Amino acid sequence: MKMLINVPERVVEDALRGMAAVHPELTVDVANRVVVRRDAPVANKVGLVSGGGSGHEPLHGGFVGPGMLDAACPGEVFTSPVPDQMVRAAAAVDSGEGVLFIVKNYTGDVLNFEMAAELAAEEGIRVETVTVSDDVALAAGEGSGRRGTGGTLFVERLAGAVAEAGAPLERVTEVARRVADSCRSFGVALAPCSTPARGGPTFDLPEGELELGIGIHGEPGRERRGMMTSGEIADATVDALVNDLRPDEPVLVLVNGMGATPLLELYGYASEVMRALGERSVVPARTLVGDYVTSLDMAGCSVTLCPVDEELLRLWETPVRTPALRWGA
Amino acid sequence: MEPGTDRDEGTEPTLDADFFIRWLDAAAAAVARDADRLTELDAAIGDADHGSNLNRGFAAVTRRLTEKPPNAPGAVLTGAGRTLISSVGGASGPLYGTLLRRAGKELGDAPRVSRVQLAEALRSGVGAVAELGGAGGGDKTMLDALQPAVEGLTRSFGAAATAAEEGALATVPLRARRGRAAYLGDRSIGHQDPGAASSALLIGALADTATRAADDDGHRGNGADRV
Repeated sequence: MKMLINVPERVVEDALRGMAAVHPELTVDVANRVVVRRDAPVANKVGLVSGGGSGHEPLHGGFVGPGMLDAACPGEVFTSPVPDQMVRAAAAVDSGEGVLFIVKNYTGDVLNFEMAAELAAEEGIRVETVTVSDDVALAAGEGSGRRGTGGTLFVERLAGAVAEAGAPLERVTEVARRVADSCRSFGVALAPCSTPARGGPTFDLPEGELELGIGIHGEPGRERRGMMTSGEIADATVDALVNDLRPDEPVLVLVNGMGATPLLELYGYASEVMRALGERSVVPARTLVGDYVTSLDMAGCSVTLCPVDEELLRLWETPVRTPALRWGA
Repeated sequence: MEPGTDRDEGTEPTLDADFFIRWLDAAAAAVARDADRLTELDAAIGDADHGSNLNRGFAAVTRRLTEKPPNAPGAVLTGAGRTLISSVGGASGPLYGTLLRRAGKELGDAPRVSRVQLAEALRSGVGAVAELGGAGGGDKTMLDALQPAVEGLTRSFGAAATAAEEGALATVPLRARRGRAAYLGDRSIGHQDPGAASSALLIGALADTATRAADDDGHRGNGADRV
């Protein structure tokens, strides 16, 4: 498998050097693997820190900036970062108002952030943690619980907006938790992804088949079927989401590409998702279409729904200025 | 002869810091040798990085032990655990790190410990791993190799290695209930758990180190009862 890299061992480091080179509004500590907004710590503002394995770009480093994250900690590809990174990030963004960790529910991320929260507390930093587990492909409350996927974008953005407005840690945590508890995602793979270390696909997916209920780490999904049309995939996806969520409020919608699906296909898919939502009386308030929470070069898509009341919708609309999400600023 | 079987009952404090350093060096070599196999096991039911992650961590442990060799068994294990937590990432970093750190703390600063003391310290470490990961025996995790290994170690080093290896192989028919493989449900059945496989390597390296120490002593003619 050909890849646009130098050597597999330096993929994350090279990408961070790229971010440092082209985003002067960010402070990128390449050696310690921490991306921080340049003006951190922002006085009287709660600091938001997230992180996870690399390979999901622009999540999380591309979401660092005013109105979203204060810092991101990228791990190796598909591997949680280590506690040292998170403690360093927390110290860099803590203005004295405390720090919120936003964690995707994967065993590694949860364990490393747990250890980091203990270490940061020993350094006198107030830390709260909100875990995102939005993937309806898995039954809630079974085994390790649901995975954290596309819903993370909504948690980072809405908690980031309320933090930017100067809300205290308790309030920022409450908003993050409310969003984390209410968003739902479902993903589909048409082709597996290839990690640089492995140099080839992480699982086999024969031509003519697709995988329903995938995660974002190249792990296989729950069910395999013969290839479906964009409209059929949208129906299966929206059914899975609506059966679980049954939203009675308008929803923010993320129609997300997994990394190797052309935007041409993704917009065609978005039209099918809009149709499928309408047929089930779900009202989209705002919709994002693009590659936001990816899985390297996986072909496929995921849909995330995030119910919003007037307050959350107002927060969504406030200015945001990050490399990958930017409006009103 | 296998140490800790005939000449003594494993209660003589014969294992020093140097023994523990050689154990972890042997574990690092075993992980490096089998990194591809661990990654292949992980590709089947996880995300294809267990071998490369552990290899990075144990290489860091070896570097640290060479640069600053601790002088007590407990310090060797706690330092190695801290290094793994700082360098591995994923779930295996905190889990292996906690195993070694807790075991190291149990051993305290005694300059020499016995095999039975090591077994009891590892039992504490395994308990801490179970608590941290929220897993138990039969969940298709590293515990399926480590729990029987600890019981084996109360009898002999060789029994620990055999029990760990059997425990790892016994994860094949299990349905994963913890960790990333749990997302696969029934599709996790039929594959060996990569964490159990790497745990068997760690315990195998312990038994090999004990055997070599006994051989060395045998050659020097001062008896295997040192081990």
